[in-house]
Amino acid sequence: MQNTLPIKMEIQELSVFYKSFRALNKVTMPVYEHKVTAIIGPSGCGKSTLLRSLNRMTDLVPGALIEGKVLLDGEDIYDPKKDVVDVRRRVGMVFQHPNPFPMSIYDNVAFGPRLYGLKKRAFLDELVEKSLRSAALWDEVKDKLHQSGMALSGGQQQRLCIARAIAIEPEVILMDEPASALDPVATLRIEELIFQLKERFSIVIVTHNMQQAARVSDYTTFLLMNEERAGELIEFNVTTTLFTRPKDKRTEDYITGRFG
Amino acid sequence: MQEGLFAQVNLPKVYRRRRLTNNFMLGLTGIALFLAIVPLIWIIVYVLIKGGHYINLDFFIHLPRPMGTQGGGVLHAIEGSFIMVIIASIFAIPPALLAAFYLVTYPNTLLSDTVRFSTDLLAGVPSIVIGLFGYAVIVVPQKHYSALAGGVVLALIMLPVVIRSAEEMLKLVPSELREGALALGAPEWKTALKVMLPAAAEGVLTGIMLSVARAAGETAPLLFTALGNDNFEIGRFIHYGIASHQSVINIIGQILSQPADALPLTLWKYAQQPYPERVKQAWAVALVLMLFVLTLNITARVWLAKRKSRIRR
Ligand SMILES: Nc1ncnc2c1ncn2[C@@H]1O[C@H](COP(=O)(O)OP(=O)(O)O)[C@@H](O)[C@H]1O
Ligand SMILES: [Mg+2]
Repeated sequence: MQNTLPIKMEIQELSVFYKSFRALNKVTMPVYEHKVTAIIGPSGCGKSTLLRSLNRMTDLVPGALIEGKVLLDGEDIYDPKKDVVDVRRRVGMVFQHPNPFPMSIYDNVAFGPRLYGLKKRAFLDELVEKSLRSAALWDEVKDKLHQSGMALSGGQQQRLCIARAIAIEPEVILMDEPASALDPVATLRIEELIFQLKERFSIVIVTHNMQQAARVSDYTTFLLMNEERAGELIEFNVTTTLFTRPKDKRTEDYITGRFG
Repeated sequence: MQEGLFAQVNLPKVYRRRRLTNNFMLGLTGIALFLAIVPLIWIIVYVLIKGGHYINLDFFIHLPRPMGTQGGGVLHAIEGSFIMVIIASIFAIPPALLAAFYLVTYPNTLLSDTVRFSTDLLAGVPSIVIGLFGYAVIVVPQKHYSALAGGVVLALIMLPVVIRSAEEMLKLVPSELREGALALGAPEWKTALKVMLPAAAEGVLTGIMLSVARAAGETAPLLFTALGNDNFEIGRFIHYGIASHQSVINIIGQILSQPADALPLTLWKYAQQPYPERVKQAWAVALVLMLFVLTLNITARVWLAKRKSRIRR
């Protein structure tokens, strides 16, 4: 069944180094189109590193080095001919702590589109509304679009960041523990939102909350550190299979809470 | 009595001693606090009394009268300070902010270490030496003292203050804010200008205001560069310039190439005069200077507090 699904991204033998330290060791896995892929594993095993290598945020770390390939629609995003800006336009990102920019709600959402030359007011108005609606935030903020985005609650801020990410219509959205700084109610809303968003986007989400992975994702990757503290892929499978019938003993130990 | 672990000690006695020690230390900190505040209040009150009754409107809108006569004001010094602080800000703030951005974006390169080290050194150079430097590289080649030379040396004094304070403030901006913008595909410069700078604006502006206050209070570097000029009056140049149909650039150029006075410079000169009138004026200048610096500081802080409550929830 897996083989017939359209593949959006393909991670092939990916290793990431921070200077001489190997943080990730030869990870190979697919990201299926319009599916949610969860990355789980104990802290420090390289979940964020793997996620950030999917839109070249690793470029920002001095001394970081990539080995292997990350294909987006079959093209290697690390190809020297590839424009990093185009990669980031097509692969958006939502961070662990809500990070609205110090500007109005409207300007937050319009920030991305404006970068790419979309400047017409009427068009932007529509796009901002559409994005905020998709992020299930419109009704709460439609009367205060020109107030600071930093005045919102934590959960609203995170949905604003999601609206900001989808305003440039990326194809893939990366989320790094997007709900870990939020309360349970706000967490639930984000999870519902993820469920809706996968109709339009392919989503990769890092979480250290296994219930969350089980709830929101279609596929799950389990990472673990080897003896040299490099993260390795232990198991990748359909989420329900991975959680009910794990193939690897270590996966079973982790999901049953025996370590991690 | 107590049993077990505490059987061997007299707990009430331990508690009493702790209470006493606590009160004693609290008293010490109170005295220290008092000692720290007293000089400030003393200076403010003293200068207010000495200079206060000399301050009137004339003092702000007239040029000095000849030595030994009554009346006259310090318009020349107010305008000179104003002009030179503006020149200094223009020269110092943009490069200082750019340097600060470099330092937070690339904190650990050889160049950033070098910049930090040189900035600290520059901050430590006695201001009179900076003045001498201005004399050697600007005044001597130009063959005249000028407001421009004064402004440039004040810029050198502001530079390290702005760089280091802006760096500290930009460092406080969560890295996720920068990454958030870059992840949308924004270029570094736009991220810096549109996201980082506004996020750190309060702190950066406070740093700038403090550096302006510092520059406005400097005397020594101006001795060799601006020299002093009892007749410095911007209005006259503008009138004359307009009457003779000169361009704006020309007029500005003329103003900048004049020797200029400044409040601290005037204070320093007046305080040594044998005429009681001048010494009284010196106190009044001290008052104006002090109020300017205080206002700048207080405005910065009030403004910050307001902005903070507006932007942060
Ligand atoms: N910028 C960095 N520089 C150096 N080492 C890093 C950096 N980011 C992460 N690491 C290291 O890489 C390993 C994996 O980190 P990370 O991907 O953040 O793990 P996780 O998200 O699973 O907790 C850790 O050992 C961490 O210390
Ligand atoms: Mg992480």
